Amino acid sequence: MNGMTVIVKTVTRWVKVFIFLFGIYIIITGHLAPGGGFAGGVIIACSYMLLTLAYGKEFTLKRLSLRAAHHLDSSGALLFLVVALFGLGSGGIFFANVLQNRYPGAKFTLLSSSTILISNIAIGLKVAASLFLIFVILSVLRIVLAEDGSQKMIQEEEEE
Amino acid sequence: MGIELYLFILLVFLIVGALIAVETKNLLSSAISLGAIGFGLSIAFLFLRAPDLAIVQIAVEVVLLVFLIRATIGRDVIPTKGHIHWAGLLIVCLLTVGFFAFGYYAFRSLNEFGSPIIAAVETAPSNKYLADGLKETGSANIVTSILLDYRAYDTLGEATVLFAAILGALAVLRGRAWSKREKDK
Repeated sequence: MNGMTVIVKTVTRWVKVFIFLFGIYIIITGHLAPGGGFAGGVIIACSYMLLTLAYGKEFTLKRLSLRAAHHLDSSGALLFLVVALFGLGSGGIFFANVLQNRYPGAKFTLLSSSTILISNIAIGLKVAASLFLIFVILSVLRIVLAEDGSQKMIQEEEEE
Repeated sequence: MGIELYLFILLVFLIVGALIAVETKNLLSSAISLGAIGFGLSIAFLFLRAPDLAIVQIAVEVVLLVFLIRATIGRDVIPTKGHIHWAGLLIVCLLTVGFFAFGYYAFRSLNEFGSPIIAAVETAPSNKYLADGLKETGSANIVTSILLDYRAYDTLGEATVLFAAILGALAVLRGRAWSKREKDK
């Protein structure tokens, strides 16, 4: 898979930024408008999927390697757990919204709910990296029919 | 009655799409009709005034459709011929009739469409979320305040499930690729 035609590549070059920005918008305004970490993370993963489909696997993996996606996935999960344990440590309750209880922000602003914003960002990171990883796994490996009719899985020949 | 009518039309559309997805021979058209079901479902969520769910549904549906089309393109299932098990068919029909009868009985005991149960029960926790959610969590979106503050423990479990699923997929699929590569050497 060396990518698609030049039309798709040119459109992708312009559109990918807007999809990525829309994902970030959905994540960081999750506590004000419909949306949240899960939906935003899926949309960010969509932008990387579009890049993979249009330009090929090698191009995307040069920008976001498997190892980096792996670390993003793990750090998102860890950040979410840190938020939970922070509430346990300073508020006495698992997932207590300590910052909001101590320093309540102005309503209907970006910083109005403190740990919810951090949790949204953590979940967004995690979901985006996870779905990108799943997509790479599925696009690297393909199921083909063997000579004897059984199905087997091979790695796609695109390195050559 | 207005929204109910639209919902009935949408539900008929979803059921027809599901039947086509199951019955069609071509794998690609099956995937596409599955996508139509997903987008219809997100419109149904919009009619039911659940925009959070609608956004998640439409984003996940796009990803799922890309996955399915990527996985099924240029490939077809081998149609398998088998004889019909009449006893199994009878049991399935009986179970379906029983399920619908139970569903009719259960839905008759619910409130009228559009009137939530929390309005009837004074002590329901949802009343407290609606009344104090903005003050206690500072989140204008009540759904997010429940997901990430009141019921954040569930969200942690969901994130763990996703993490375990990725781990399993990576382990299983990468193992096969490695064994293939070693065979080549």
